[in-house]
Amino acid sequence: MSDSVENTYNYRVVRQFSIMAIVWGVIGMLVGVVIAAQLIWPELDFGLQWLSYGRLRPLHTNAVIFAFGGSALIGASYFVVQRTSNVRLFCDKLAAFTFWGYQAVIVLAVITLPLGITRGKEYAELEWPIALLLAVVWIAYAVVFFGTLAKRKVEHIYVANWFFGAFIVAVAMLHVVNAAVLPVTLTKSYSAYAGVQDAMVQWWYGHNAVGFFLTAGFLGMMYYFIPKQINRPIYSYRLSIVHFWAIVFTYMWAGPHHLLYTSLPDWAQSVGMVFSLILLAPSWGGMINGIMTLSGAWSTLRSDPILRFLIVSLSFYGMSTFEGPMMSIKTVNALSHYTDWNIAHVHSGALGWVGFITIGSLYYLLPRLFGRTEMYSKKLIEVHFWIATIGVVLYIASMWIAGVMQGLMWRAVNVDGTLTYTFIESVKATFPYYVIRLVGGTLYLAGMVVMAYNVAKTIASGKAEVAPIPALSPASAHAAAHA
Amino acid sequence: MADFTNGWLGILLGLVIAISIFGCGILLWSQSKMKVKVGADGKPLPVETTGHVWDGDLRENNNPLPGWWMKLFYGTIIFSVAYLLLYGGFGSYNGLLGWSQESEYKAELQAGNEQYGPLFQKYMAMDIQTVAKDAQAMEIGERLFLNTCAQCHGSDAQGVKGYPNLTDTDWLYGGDPQTIMTTLQEGRSGFMPPMADAVGSADDVLNLSHYVLSLSDTAHDAGKAQLGKAKFGACSSCHGEDGKGMQAMGAPNLADKIWLYGGNVESIIEGVNKGRKNLMPAYKGIIDDDKLHILAAYVWSLSNSPANSAQTTTKQ
Repeated sequence: MSDSVENTYNYRVVRQFSIMAIVWGVIGMLVGVVIAAQLIWPELDFGLQWLSYGRLRPLHTNAVIFAFGGSALIGASYFVVQRTSNVRLFCDKLAAFTFWGYQAVIVLAVITLPLGITRGKEYAELEWPIALLLAVVWIAYAVVFFGTLAKRKVEHIYVANWFFGAFIVAVAMLHVVNAAVLPVTLTKSYSAYAGVQDAMVQWWYGHNAVGFFLTAGFLGMMYYFIPKQINRPIYSYRLSIVHFWAIVFTYMWAGPHHLLYTSLPDWAQSVGMVFSLILLAPSWGGMINGIMTLSGAWSTLRSDPILRFLIVSLSFYGMSTFEGPMMSIKTVNALSHYTDWNIAHVHSGALGWVGFITIGSLYYLLPRLFGRTEMYSKKLIEVHFWIATIGVVLYIASMWIAGVMQGLMWRAVNVDGTLTYTFIESVKATFPYYVIRLVGGTLYLAGMVVMAYNVAKTIASGKAEVAPIPALSPASAHAAAHA
Repeated sequence: MADFTNGWLGILLGLVIAISIFGCGILLWSQSKMKVKVGADGKPLPVETTGHVWDGDLRENNNPLPGWWMKLFYGTIIFSVAYLLLYGGFGSYNGLLGWSQESEYKAELQAGNEQYGPLFQKYMAMDIQTVAKDAQAMEIGERLFLNTCAQCHGSDAQGVKGYPNLTDTDWLYGGDPQTIMTTLQEGRSGFMPPMADAVGSADDVLNLSHYVLSLSDTAHDAGKAQLGKAKFGACSSCHGEDGKGMQAMGAPNLADKIWLYGGNVESIIEGVNKGRKNLMPAYKGIIDDDKLHILAAYVWSLSNSPANSAQTTTKQ
């Protein structure tokens, strides 16, 4: 029995993570729509502290980044590392622990954040007992992933696994350093760092969460699912080497651009700014490698909505990784900082890049996990693609305009040197853009609901796939002989 | 600088940063040389894959790095080195231009002062009442008010619970121009201690509260007010025998119908039992005196429009 299990891939844990990614995606985006609506109708908190904007906003960010994105990443990485290593996942029990442990962390977040239990650090809100649990789960995840790589049957490690590996190692390090606290009670702790050092540690963490969680991790997805869906070789191995090492090295320095024109010393601000600029080309390396893989087969974009999700995600990736370095330039940042431009930037990355690459990858993955060749309805994938795309465009365009307008209003002065506008006037002027943003966000959520329906139908007519590990192809076997 | 580094650490950091930037360049350069294989006919052969295969069909071509992309990469590296040399950032090295965000701020401030200074000096030379009659000054004053004072006192300056109405003629500390200026510069810290112990039982506090309401002829129970009158001694050292307050210490007038926290029994009982604490921040050093001068004129003008100026003058 154990022999025959060892000859199959562990799809069970991949199925679990993939389904939860969709569940958390719908929930997290719903919370996002609720808080977007609260900015238009503040009474939507119903006078309850647990539903107030300040408590739901971290719930939204945690749910979409860590619950939706995280579940999708862990599931996809388990799928990819097995299939590109030609072995079953290392230690089924530990893999199962990572699933239940990670979901426990998310459920605890859903309970504690509305209760106002928080460390108050953006994207690192979870209080110390939950942070501790997350650290344990993450280390278990690293053991499963690298354990699988260690027993691989293929000599070379596929490029997607470099990115997943970097994501796992970096996130572990970032989380442990930024979560260093002095616990006072079970639900309260104080940071181990003080003042501007604390701010610097937080944004070293915060920007690398973007760099390694939201970029490197999803590039791992990109490097597997795009060539698979197109059925063509990756454009350039050489490019993947250069942009991988440049990304993992350069991202580590970019955090200070969140603290331009603050009490952070000038030299640290300047270093953060220049490394953010250097980051532009390495980031685009991933986009080039993905899009050029399609070179010569452009027409498939017309007929294949899954591929469209994957490729359009790269154009949003290219846009936001151009925008990011630009916003890191001090003079641009002086206009953009603290405005809704940041919200536009983050969501062009989150909805356009992270969301679309995940959605495309899940559409590829799910039928295969349930013994089918295709999703229940290709037409619904089309529908999903178009409402999601319109949603993203409305969302980011409205927040771009709002952000630039706010920045200009805040700095406008009269001939006598007094400020032309009060803060509240800029809030009033933003109102219509908040309405457009809500429409965009609602469309994106609606797309996610369509996906959930399509997935439920696919699962209902499929059955849990048991995938045998195939014999190595001649080329791979040749490589394995060297091992 | 001292926040993060000192002495040798600054030099070490500078080296690490320099090596890191050059490292990116060396990484790129090391991968940029590639021989293009040429066929027998002298034309370049199609790009080959690396020969590795994963998961049945995953392969990698080995195309050279795109030229425009390499130029972009080198460009950002050259820009970065130049920027850090000019503006500082190699650890403790401060750069050829001697730039700092503080110097940038000071330069902008100085330019602003040079541009707008004469206008404000003109008003500084006038007394506050005269400034209050100048239309341009009052426009400036309104904008200063909306950006600085409206958060608490409201954009109509009529205040809310705990924040005084600035448009009436009732003043906690005095409404003459110079006193308003002092309030803006130094701030005000209002404090009423909890008085329940000094007053007596809960019934005593209740009766006293009705008496306080009776001073301004606000709705009250006359019988209880009569009983509470004797207890007013605890209040009179600040609010005066007649309850008309004392501006020297910011004790409110209890005999008008203007209430900072509400003119009803519950609110007064709360005040007596728990005391009251209030704070107006000091703006000296945050806003220059010449702007506060105009702001004081604006605030004074709110309750001294031609219609009611006669009334206020007699009150003062």
